[in-house]
This record gives sequence, structure tokens and C-alpha cells, in this order.
Amino acid sequence: MSHIIDRRKNDKGKSTGNRQKFLKRVEGQIRKAIPDIISQESIKDSHTGGNVKVPVRGLDEPSFQHDPKTGKKQIVRPGNDRFNEGDRIPKPKEGEGGMGRQKGSNNPEVTEDEFTVVLSREEFLKYFFDDLALPNLVKKLMASTETFEMKRAGYTRDSVPSRLNIKSTFQQSLGRRLALKGFLDKKLKNLEEQLANSTHPNEIAALKEEIEKVKRQATTVPFFEDIDMKFNNFERVVIPVTSAVMFCIMDVSGSMGFHEKDISKRFFTLLYIFLTRLYKNVELVFIRHHTEAKEVNEEEFFNSRESGGTVVAPSLKLMHQIIRTRYDESWNVYCCQASDGDVWSKQDAMECKNLVQETILPAIQYMAYIEINNRTKQSDLWQAYNQISNDENFAIRHINEVFDIWPVFQGLFRKRNGVKAG
Amino acid sequence: MMDKEKYRAMFCNPNWDYATLEAADEITSRIGKEYLKLKTYPNQIEIVTSEQMLDAYALTGLPTSYPHWKFGKDFVLNQNNYTKGRMGLSYEMVINSNPCISYNMENNSTCMMLLVIAHACQGHNAFFRNNYLFREWTSAGTIVDYMVFARDFILKCEEEFGEEEVENVLDACHALMNQGVDNYKKPFRLSSVEENERLKKLIAIKRENFNELWKTLPTGLKLPEATSGEDQKFPKEPEENILYFIEKFAPALPAWKREIIRIGRKVAQYFYPQGATKVMNEGFATFTHYHIINKLFEEGYVNDGFMLEFLKSHSGVLYQPEYNSKYYSGLNPYTLGFNIFMDIKRICLSPTKEDKQWFPDLIGKDWLEQVHYVMENFRDDSFILQYLSPKVIRNMKLFTIVDNEQENEYEIGAIHNERGYKKIREQLSNQYDRSSYVPNIQVTKVDQHQTSKLYLTHTIQKDRKLDIESTQETLEHIRYLWGFPVELHSKNKLGINENTFEA
Repeated sequence: MSHIIDRRKNDKGKSTGNRQKFLKRVEGQIRKAIPDIISQESIKDSHTGGNVKVPVRGLDEPSFQHDPKTGKKQIVRPGNDRFNEGDRIPKPKEGEGGMGRQKGSNNPEVTEDEFTVVLSREEFLKYFFDDLALPNLVKKLMASTETFEMKRAGYTRDSVPSRLNIKSTFQQSLGRRLALKGFLDKKLKNLEEQLANSTHPNEIAALKEEIEKVKRQATTVPFFEDIDMKFNNFERVVIPVTSAVMFCIMDVSGSMGFHEKDISKRFFTLLYIFLTRLYKNVELVFIRHHTEAKEVNEEEFFNSRESGGTVVAPSLKLMHQIIRTRYDESWNVYCCQASDGDVWSKQDAMECKNLVQETILPAIQYMAYIEINNRTKQSDLWQAYNQISNDENFAIRHINEVFDIWPVFQGLFRKRNGVKAG
Repeated sequence: MMDKEKYRAMFCNPNWDYATLEAADEITSRIGKEYLKLKTYPNQIEIVTSEQMLDAYALTGLPTSYPHWKFGKDFVLNQNNYTKGRMGLSYEMVINSNPCISYNMENNSTCMMLLVIAHACQGHNAFFRNNYLFREWTSAGTIVDYMVFARDFILKCEEEFGEEEVENVLDACHALMNQGVDNYKKPFRLSSVEENERLKKLIAIKRENFNELWKTLPTGLKLPEATSGEDQKFPKEPEENILYFIEKFAPALPAWKREIIRIGRKVAQYFYPQGATKVMNEGFATFTHYHIINKLFEEGYVNDGFMLEFLKSHSGVLYQPEYNSKYYSGLNPYTLGFNIFMDIKRICLSPTKEDKQWFPDLIGKDWLEQVHYVMENFRDDSFILQYLSPKVIRNMKLFTIVDNEQENEYEIGAIHNERGYKKIREQLSNQYDRSSYVPNIQVTKVDQHQTSKLYLTHTIQKDRKLDIESTQETLEHIRYLWGFPVELHSKNKLGINENTFEA
């Protein structure tokens, strides 16, 4: 007897384990290809694409094979339309392919092309950031990654007046008053009946007194009693912090050309993708500055050609102000500043250093300064920042070319002391 | 039993349900048994989604297999091709097991379901059950069981010895799959229960024989047997099953690795008949569904519309692009096999003068008996050599191309004419002979006295040399398993060594 089984509801992904094993094998190639994938898309789009395609060279599974170029072979083919026995046909040149060797189900000498592995977003990020972590995650975050929230948890009889739940207290009181009223009404009715039937004067007097008492009782039922009181009850529930805000500060003075902005953008993109891996909700604040600092949207941040002299300090002040007004302590704040290092004066640089050291760093998790130029001479800003670069949540790096971005990024966020991300 | 009208209504509704499948199975079984006299295993029909079909592809159709990256790679490869539309999934997939498991795609129409059930659950099933290669070389009753054992064993090894080490052994096994088959010896049949018991016994024997004292023996001491027979050759006869030889005689291989090699060998052995009967198997299954569906039509179970859909799918399966078409990818085994089986039937029923000359044994015989005889007793190369008729050669316009390494031109060796039939038939048979695509490599010597070096010999056939790169890589795998140096000599027919590989 035959069995018919509907397997469609069964677990899919029987091959998942094998697929993982395979990915592990091509890990090296995936890692190599990934930095190229960071494209010029908008920062927020570049990680939401879902699938990421990574070209991978076919993995050989060697076995004993004949060299297809050697020997004397006879091959049977179908559909002869013009040949006669003994006809001679020139062989196709090397690499042209042709009758001698083609892909086919019964041809054991099949070659394999390079093919692409489609990674899910999760897999992609795993390879991308596998050995990266926010450097000072433990020190500053562990204590504060969690925050408390008061959550409703039913009612309680005893609490402070501000938590009184008026509706349910009133309901309780109404119920109580109705019950008491019913009871007294019934009692009154009974007594009145007895009074009507009674003839004995003593008894009548007693009954009248009783009726008077019950009537008084009925009018003095208190509107609220202690037992009516219902207070909202709250419990402290731990909620993890899942939000982060990243400040992108970019110098847009005349010296920042397309190349410099492109590098900054790629760097910001990486940082953004990285943060989205750690936090559910990541906000971006773009600040551009020349002589004055301004908060702008992403589009304007990268594309506007407005420029002027360079004063850096106002941008840091603006950032600090934004943090104070918009982001309370439950936010994890990150900052990345990109500049070619040009500043108006040494004084401005010093002011920046002081601002960062005294007001910014205490309020945020991590700040990175990247300087994009290929000069050998160190800029004033670099020199100023260099004085505080030993600070654990501050780092400065040089980037000249696109291919420097990934190593620098890795260097900034390399896991230390086995600290794990996520 | 329902009446015919009810079946008809079901089969002519393109949307199938459970009752339709049951009816389809019941009726194809009945016709298979009564009309085509098929003996089959019980069927287990499974309805799957395309993703599950991809899973099944990756495990080469087995319901379960041990974990390995190769299967993941195949999955990714197929998935890429499938999602890009470069490849369609087949409508079904069958496993040579008892009960015979077949996967059917959920998005098949009712007509396709009937076709697929007739094709797989009657055609392939009967072929697995009756063809001599499958009967003697595989054990349908225990394969599913055995693969469960294999999976569990490999998982245990991964846990105990690390995934990497297990993977190395499996990689080596996969490289030697073609050299892991007994072509002439029939294998024993072992179920997982028996396998487990055999393992237990092995462990018990080892424990009994284990003696701390042996560890104190001075090193370098040679046992008398080893030194005595300087002239004794080992192995006495060349051994073609390299995996078997390593499993039995590798000098320093832990028992668990031997067991994994054994698993690799069993799997290779299990798939060996499938490789050797592709044309026959597909041809016979197509022949079967063609007859069953036509019978259904004759008896009035299906209508004209159904038949139109059927014929479209059927001819799609049999499409054979010509040699110069961009769709050409070798001979279509369905077409070749179906044509030959149909021609056997034709020759039995209405032979021509030519047939009387070529197939005197078939003339006037019962066609069904002959088809059964052929299906049971041949494999692709012998099947083609015996039954590829001039008519089929003419119909398919077969011709041969001679590709000689020494010359700059191809030569047309034979075409579909009087002079060419025999040549084409021999040539094609040759093409399906395993020895023409699996190099003939055998274990010829082991240096037992000093180096433990393993010597292999490749016998060059038709001047076909070994591919240098893949040979070298495969040798590395052998060396890994054997644990000592390996040397391979490519010898021509005069016995002169033409090429030496070392690892």
C-alpha cells in the first residue's frame, strides 16, 4: 500500500548546516570581497538591501580525471545535418569551446564557473564585523546598558494618593454602597411590616426607635471607605538600552574635495552599519561646518558645495548642545569627525581639544577623528588631538585612499581583551 | 472503487487535492500491475516545496546524509541557478529504497502529478526493484537506515575529534569515490542495526586485546613475519578499490577514520548502479508513464484536454537539441532510452526486413516480456550495444566525431548509414562504459619493509593521460589517509612508465 505524505509543513532548511559549513570554507574569499561592497549608496540604504552577493571561486573537489586534451576520443552526437563519413572539420581554437568539449549531463568533464554566494544581511554583517567591537563597550556600557522602566502591575490597596485609581476606587465604593443600601432597605421593610402588625405599645416604641436608627444608618453610609481604595501598582522592569545616536561631523571647507568627502562618507557608512548591529535604533545627526556649524540632512551633508574658512570648535559646541537637548542618558552617543585637518588657527585647534576632553568625552561612548590628507606634515588639529589620543574612548587615524578605510576602521574597533560585540 | 466519472472529474481538474493523489496512485498502480505487469516496492509519495526539492538535490536525493560542506555548496549552486531561471527543478525525484520514496513538487498540476506518479512510482520503482545491478549492488531495504547510522556516526566523530579532522577524511573519501567501488565483487548488505553491532564487537575485541605491556616494547623491533618474506609481494593482486584497500591496510589509521572511509565506500557503492543505468532507468520510466497515461485515456479516465497537457510535458521531457543547437548539452538520456525501449516493442510487434537481420531473437516475441527481460538484465553500455537499432540511429541522426590529440581537425567517423550503424552503436556503448571516463588506477605495491610507501598504477587507455592538477590533489588526499608517501605511475600499454606523480 502506498503512503502519501505532505512534507510541505516540515522544517525547511535541511541544508542550512551544510550551507554554514560551506560558507566557513569560503570565509576568506567573502571577507576579501566585502570591503568592495560598500558602495556609494545612501548610508541608511547600504545595509537594508537584504541580500548581499559575494563572488566566490568554485571550490574544487578533485578526483582522478583524464586530461580532456589528450588521447583519441570518439564522441557520438545527435542531429547530423550535413556530415558524411570521412569529413574533416577544423578544431576550434583554444578557449573557444566547441564540439569537443561542452557542458553536458553525460559529460564527466564539466567545468565549474565562478559563482556568487548570496548572503543574508545577518550573515553579511557577521563576516563584516566578526572581529570588531566597540573598544570601551564594557567599561562605560555595562553599568548603563540597562535602564529601568516602571510598568503597570495590577492594583494595590496601599500606596501614595497620587497613584489612586479613581475609576476602580469609585466602582468599589459604588458596589459597597449598593450592597449596604440593599441590606438596610430590606431591614427597614421588615421592621415596617412588624410595626404595621404590632399592637403592643412597648413593642411599637422599640420598633420605631429601631426604624429611626436604620434610617439614620442609611443616610450615613460613607461615600469612600478605606477598603474601597485602589491604587495603581507599578513594578520596576529592566529594559536594555537599544538606541544610539551617531554624530557625523564633517569639515566642508574648500579644501575638502570630492575625494575627501567620499572617504568620509564611506567611513560614516561603515560606522553606521556597525552601530545598527549593536542597537535596534540608530539615529544620525549630520553636522557640517566651515566658519559656522550647522545641522543638515544627509543629502545636504554630502552634496552641498557651500564652503568657507574653517573653524572647527563651533561644530563640537553644537554637538554638545544637541546631546543636551535631545538625547538623555539612555542614549549611547558616538561621534565621528572627518576633516583634512585644516584649521583657522592654532587656538581653534586647542579649543577643540579642550572641548572634546572636557565636555564631549564624558558624555559619549566613543569618538573617532579621521584625518584625510596625504601630507607628511602634521596638521594643527592632529597635533592638538594627539595630546588626548591616549584616552580610551578617543582615537585618531589617518586615511589617504579608499583602500585605507577598512584597515583603519578595523584598527579603531578591533576587539580588545576578548570583549564581544552585540 | 469509485466509478469512472468520478475519477475523470478529479483528473481533469487541474487543481489536485489529497483524494486526487490517492486516486492517481491507486489507478497507476493498478494499470502498472495489470497492463505492464510491473513488480514494485511499496511507494511513499511525498509532496514538497521547491526549497525542499533543492534540499533533496543537495543530498543527491537521500532523505538524510552526513553533514559536509560539499552538500552546502551544491545547494548554493543549484539555488543560484534556480533563482536566476537558468535551471528548472525536476518534477520529481526518486530514491532507491524500500519503500520507494519519491518527492513530488507541490506546484505540479494534476496532469503532471499523474505523469510523475506513473513515471517515478511505477517506472523507476520497478527498475530499482528488478534491474540486476540494483538488486545485487544495493540494498534498498537498509539504505535509509544506513544513512541515519552514517550521519550519527559522523556527528559523534565531529564532537569527539573536531569538525576539521572529520572534514579532511570526508574530503579524501569524496575524492576517491570513483575508486571506491567494487566492480566485480558484490558487497555485503548491512543494516544500521548490524553495523552498530559490528562496531560494538570491534571495540570489545580491541579492549580484550589491549595490554599495557605492549607499550614497553623497544621501538624499531621488527616482527619476524615482516622481515622474512623479502620476495613476498603485497598486495598479491592489484586492487582497484583504493578506498577499500586503505580502509583495510593503512598502517596508522585510527579506527574511527577507517569507519568513515567505510561509509564513503558504502555511499559510492550505493550510487554506482545509478551512474551505470541512467539511460535505461530514465528510458524505462518514460516508457512506463507513456503507456500508463495512454491506457488511462483509452479507458476513458482522462479527457482530450488532459492528454494535450500530457503530450506537451512528455515531449518536453524528450526534447533532444541537435549537436549545433545552443541548447545542446549532450545526449538526453530520457530520449535515447525511451527510443530504444519503444523500438524493442516495435520490432516485436511489426518487424521489418532490416529488423529480422539485426534482431532475430526479438521477432515474434511478446513485447512486454522482452521489455522486462531487457530492463532486468542490462546496464547502459550493454543495453546500447545490444539494442540500439539502425532505425533509432536514423531517427536521431547519430554520428561520431573522432577527436585525435595529434591532429588539428576532427574527423567524422561514422554517420547514420549502412556502414555506420555498427560503428555508432559500439562507439556509443563505449561512451557509457565506466572505464571510458573513470581512469583505471589500481594499488599495485606497498613497501612493507622500509617506507610504507604506497604505489599506484594508472593504465593508459586510448592515449588518455591524467589531468595533472587534479591527479596531484587527489594523491595528496590519498597520502593523508594512507599516512605515508604515495607514488603513482602512468603506464602505457607496453608497460612503460610515462608519467610519475608523488605525494
